[in-house]
Amino acid sequence: MAKKVEVSNLNLRYGDFHALKNINLSIEERSVTALIGPSGCGKSTFIRCLNRMNDLVDHVTIDGSVLLEGEDIYRKGIDIDNLRYRVGMVFQKPNPFPKSIFENVAYGLRVNGVKDKSFIENKVRESLVKTALWDEVKDDLKKSAIDLSGGQQQRLCIARSLAVEPTMLLMDEPTSALDPISTAKIEDLIFELKKQYTIVIVTHNMQQAARVSDVTAFFYIGELIETDTTSKIFTNPKQEKTQNYITGRFG
Amino acid sequence: MNKKVSEAIAFGIFRVLSFLLVGVLALILLFIIVRGVEAISWDFLTKMPSDGMTSGGILPAIVGTLCLMFGSIVFAFPIGVLSGIYLNEYLKESKLKRFLRLMTNNLAGIPSIVFGLFGMALFVNKLNFGDSILAGSLTLGLMVLPVIIRTTEEALKMVPNSLRVASYALGATRLQTVFRIVLPIGMPNVLTGLILSMGRVSGETAPILFTVAAYFLPKLPTSIFDQTMALPYHLYVLVTSGTNIEASRPMAYGTALVLVIMVLIFNLSANLLRRKFSKKVKLK
Amino acid sequence: MNKVVRKYIENSVVSVLFTSSLVTTITVIFITFFLFYEGMGLFREKPLEADFIIAVNKSNTVKKLDNQQIGAVFNQDITNWKELGGDSLPIEILSLYTIENYYSEEDLGEDFSLLPQKINEFLEQTPGAIVCFTKAFMPEKIHGDEIHIDNIELLQFLKGKSWLPTSQPVAQLGILPLILGTLWVSLGAILIALPLGVASAIYMAEVAKPKLRNLLKPVIELLSGIPSVVYGFFGLIIIVPFIQQLFNVPVGETALAGSIVLAIMALPTIITISEDAIRTTPLALREASLALGATRWQTVLRVVIPYSKSGISAGIILGIGRAIGETMAVLMVTGNAGTMPTSFLQPVRTIPATIAAELGEVPMGGVHYKALFMLGIILFLINMIINISVEYIKKGRVGR
Repeated sequence: MAKKVEVSNLNLRYGDFHALKNINLSIEERSVTALIGPSGCGKSTFIRCLNRMNDLVDHVTIDGSVLLEGEDIYRKGIDIDNLRYRVGMVFQKPNPFPKSIFENVAYGLRVNGVKDKSFIENKVRESLVKTALWDEVKDDLKKSAIDLSGGQQQRLCIARSLAVEPTMLLMDEPTSALDPISTAKIEDLIFELKKQYTIVIVTHNMQQAARVSDVTAFFYIGELIETDTTSKIFTNPKQEKTQNYITGRFG
Repeated sequence: MNKKVSEAIAFGIFRVLSFLLVGVLALILLFIIVRGVEAISWDFLTKMPSDGMTSGGILPAIVGTLCLMFGSIVFAFPIGVLSGIYLNEYLKESKLKRFLRLMTNNLAGIPSIVFGLFGMALFVNKLNFGDSILAGSLTLGLMVLPVIIRTTEEALKMVPNSLRVASYALGATRLQTVFRIVLPIGMPNVLTGLILSMGRVSGETAPILFTVAAYFLPKLPTSIFDQTMALPYHLYVLVTSGTNIEASRPMAYGTALVLVIMVLIFNLSANLLRRKFSKKVKLK
Repeated sequence: MNKVVRKYIENSVVSVLFTSSLVTTITVIFITFFLFYEGMGLFREKPLEADFIIAVNKSNTVKKLDNQQIGAVFNQDITNWKELGGDSLPIEILSLYTIENYYSEEDLGEDFSLLPQKINEFLEQTPGAIVCFTKAFMPEKIHGDEIHIDNIELLQFLKGKSWLPTSQPVAQLGILPLILGTLWVSLGAILIALPLGVASAIYMAEVAKPKLRNLLKPVIELLSGIPSVVYGFFGLIIIVPFIQQLFNVPVGETALAGSIVLAIMALPTIITISEDAIRTTPLALREASLALGATRWQTVLRVVIPYSKSGISAGIILGIGRAIGETMAVLMVTGNAGTMPTSFLQPVRTIPATIAAELGEVPMGGVHYKALFMLGIILFLINMIINISVEYIKKGRVGR
């Protein structure tokens, strides 16, 4: 399989605080990579490096390189908006805009200059179908997205990301604010999406990582301790720290 | 690339507008400072006006403004702080609280000239204080009352609840908690409100037009029932209805600068106090 | 200390606190009461100066005139009774100003002792006569019909087109020019301040680096503290001459000058409140938009502004409120002509400026005095409406 992302010697500091230490990781095309580790270990910070979301935070310095499809996204003069257009992101808490369901999904297309009405309508439907939301909302597309349930909101947020056809999807603990049933639906969805997209998911929940991912990376206090196929990480980790975390000795 | 261009244009325009705005505002200050400095001297600050207000000084106006400031604060500060304490520490979210807050907001929004009308009708005429420092101070005091109430409320809100609980746990009553724990901690911010209102009082003209301000009165007030000159009204008179407007121009620049300096000192010290205080809270 | 005493002290302190918290409410009630107390009597008054009587020839069919008509008659804008619905007769005015056209000093005797008699003669002999004198000069029995003048009416007060409160013999109390003057100046101010203010707020909240923002924000807050007379002074010596030269108008004291000065004064309010509102937009929404490839500007336009629009509108409304109520600066730069505004390059007069300029010179309790308090009531009501609408806007936001 082709390499989608190639991270080498990535360091990130918040002021004096060294939040990510020398990270090296490669992510394969059309796979699900789960990032696990205790709170504050840097997994969310790391995932935000992949679409340069950390640029929004003051006093952040980053060095090292992140190659997306062979292109260094931290090189000078890169088009950041275009990068984010290509790399979709789903956040921890569902964050639909206070607009209608339709407008939420159409937003990414509109801000990227798509004007063709029927194209937008098709894309919205397609994305909602992909996220298994279509049947639930097809009659209320004009309804405010705020009125949806938490699980529906999160699936809407995923649909919103899919509508712009990203090449990669970042998910930052997408189910941590949801009930088990909604979580299960999202996990099924991830499974489906894997056929088309490269997915990186941060999760707190090891069962989730075990269920949905092909590769698992374990972070601990800003360092990437171990990466391997999920089955190996969960059955036969090489590092003791990983072992301890998996078996629940800290976390 | 289209959206890039529109972003650059929009933010460029905003940048230019913002700097333009700040530039204009800075120009106003600079203008008053440059012209005013020429007029200000020791004599200007300590002499009575003379020669139809074209020479001499502005001492009675300075003294008058200080009197009004002091008078209104003596009245408004205790009531405002007590009211703020009641609203924040005693009253739970209720209809009464919403009503009291609405009234405070209402009072805060009333145009200053309406306060002038009211002060004249109640204090000058009905209560027969006449045009006097007393009537003027009360009018101004009512005007800044909402400012003091609000800042007190905000200040007390910033005091962490854990301190109140700790005080109760030691057997203190609510009153003791308020006066020994909450108020002392919130005090610097309460004082910010006080200083801001002093700045506001010193600059207001409309409320004192019909309650205290004298057109020309070259002597210092001796009692609270005296009329007095005041800086903002004096500036107004010098600019619009002096006996010789052209000749009194330098006096006007000087008066404006004294007034601006006075207000800026109050505002700056309020800002400094607030900053110092917010740092202290953060450290905890 | 005894527990009972302590409890007692505690309770009395609480009641002191409670009483203090009522002061604002009491003040608002008092303000309402006193404004109405001094102002509402206006509609029980005739616009006629105290003690004046106006009378006409008995045969005249016109028995009733409103004050605009009387004003027109005595200004000689109307010179024939036909125009007032009577017979076609020229109007002949006998009043203190015209008396020498009819009688010499000798005719009137010492201290005008013969005047009452002459008035009656004039009334009887001249079919088109109209006389106007104070009671003291009027004969005890008037050989003519007294003209009935209606009390001042609210509607007339609101839509009257001329504000001449000192005109003789009847005051012209129409506040439409004042209302329009206030609206023109305030709306002009908002048209200038709105784009500037919102643009600066967005710049400060979204674009400027934190360092720059920390520099700009206090400067702008400082400016809201500068007294209005100082702004008025600045307007008078800089903006007014500038307008006069730029547009080549006879006087620079115009509605435009007022709008510019008010805009400068309203800007800090608009910027501060809008900026605060913009900054309350949750980071999550911004991130969601940026993560979809939107530029910051698109995010501002499509996410931040829609989210914070109620806060921004509150800032704008409060800015308008401040502009409507502002007195001294406007008084100093708008020229204060009490005529209907037709252009921004004309002097206008606003409601607060009218009160400030005239209240010092009116006799207490007179028609003019009461009319000024009515203006106060109008300002008070506008403030009330603005406060309630701000409250409403904020509530709408909570409900969302």
